[in-house]
Amino acid sequence: MNAGKYIRDIWNGFTSLLKGMKRTGYYFTHHKEIITQQYPDNRNDLKLPERFKGEVVMPHNEKNEHRCTGCQACELACPNGSIKVIFKNELTPEGKKKKAIDKLVYHLELCTMCNLCVEACPSDAIKMAQTFEHSVFDRNKLTKILNKPESKIMDGVE
Amino acid sequence: MWSFSDIANNIHNWLSNQFNTTWTMIFEMLIAGVCVIGLFALLGLVLVIMERKVSAWMQIRLGPNRVGPKGMFQSLADTVKLMVKEGMTPWGADKTLFNLAPFIAMIVAMLLLAPIAFASNFQLWDINIGVLYVSAVSSLSVISILMAGWASNNKYSLLGAMRSGAQIVSYELSAGLSILAIIVLTGDLRFSTIIASQADGWWIFKGHIPVIIAFITFIIAVTAETNRAPFDMAEAESELTAGFHTEYSGMKFALFFLAEYVNVFIVCAIGATLFLGGPMPLHIGLWEGFNHAMDYIPSSVWFFGKTFFLIFLIMWFRWTFPRLRIDQLLRLEWKYLLPISMINLLLITAMAILKWHF
Repeated sequence: MNAGKYIRDIWNGFTSLLKGMKRTGYYFTHHKEIITQQYPDNRNDLKLPERFKGEVVMPHNEKNEHRCTGCQACELACPNGSIKVIFKNELTPEGKKKKAIDKLVYHLELCTMCNLCVEACPSDAIKMAQTFEHSVFDRNKLTKILNKPESKIMDGVE
Repeated sequence: MWSFSDIANNIHNWLSNQFNTTWTMIFEMLIAGVCVIGLFALLGLVLVIMERKVSAWMQIRLGPNRVGPKGMFQSLADTVKLMVKEGMTPWGADKTLFNLAPFIAMIVAMLLLAPIAFASNFQLWDINIGVLYVSAVSSLSVISILMAGWASNNKYSLLGAMRSGAQIVSYELSAGLSILAIIVLTGDLRFSTIIASQADGWWIFKGHIPVIIAFITFIIAVTAETNRAPFDMAEAESELTAGFHTEYSGMKFALFFLAEYVNVFIVCAIGATLFLGGPMPLHIGLWEGFNHAMDYIPSSVWFFGKTFFLIFLIMWFRWTFPRLRIDQLLRLEWKYLLPISMINLLLITAMAILKWHF
């Protein structure tokens, strides 16, 4: 080890430590950077990150219509079988039989929030909601049916 | 204006009017003992909450915020919890040594408090070998750690204690050499003389760059000596659970915990006394008005202000730097700190002989 390298080592170590101290010193003096949320206190005005994912939901419009065609893309995309699509046959006004979803069963207790079902859906029928207070006393309550009772597919979604 | 030395003198006069010399002595020793224990308890409470708040803010967290206003009574609640907890002694442990170790740690910390000047003319014991006494007694603290690690009969505890031994023995050297730098400049080991020599300016300003280097070495070495991160090899949570105090619980654990914080306070107080002038106010050259205004701030405020600044600095290190490996730790001491502080001591000696300092 030559003298130049020795002194350079000391200098580099010293400056890099000072750089680290500058960062923590900045955080120490800037309390607005604090990211901790005082959760039960600020329950009404929570600021969740944009990409936070709580559960899969199926949005319905005011006429109780959803966009799900029952194509099963989400069921196939799901890595651990959280989604099951159950079908029924519906009569169209012309009198033809048409396949439609009866129930879209979603197992929240199995879901890993990987978002693959939402990305697989060709008609944007499901999306991720930001609710997270899911604790229940009975595990069966975590098996949810995403389409509301009596709901129909929206016009124009095939 | 009141000061600590006035209060001490008043109590002394009142006691010597009431009793004869022996009883005055005994009462004064009792009062001093109670004050020291009170200071320890207070320091424990203040430093623990300070550490938790500082660490939280440095890591963009909030820290304790439930007990009292902004969580300020958290350490009080923790103390109550620790007092009511059971202090267990493991079956395989050496019972005498196991139960003795935390008290040794506390006694060493108490002994170290003796020569420290908390305000101008306010000292428990102004011995003529003050600095030597401090550096000699502070190296005793390793005995309590080794004792705890050995008596616990636990491999993690023993490993932590052995590491701590290696670490304290090595870092004593550079701490001693950097303290020696100030002694060379002052020419006396007595704390009151060292403080008096800084009346016209603190050594860190008067001694140019060599004293600043000595100060940096001192801070690094005492951080290692008090076993705090980035040198917390003795505890190393991720490797040794809690190192030498893995087996301790309840009040005996609390004593180790308290001893750590009191040791931090003491080394920072010594650093403040040697390098930053202790209870001396900040004086800048010929600025009469400024110097006069600074004199109005009580000396105890100066002392505690400087000490807490250094404590904050050590906490800042703890929550910024990653922990060193044991070989890196020893390399830092033997290959970098020791040669640098030796050359630095030579420079300071030359400076002191040639009177280059202010």
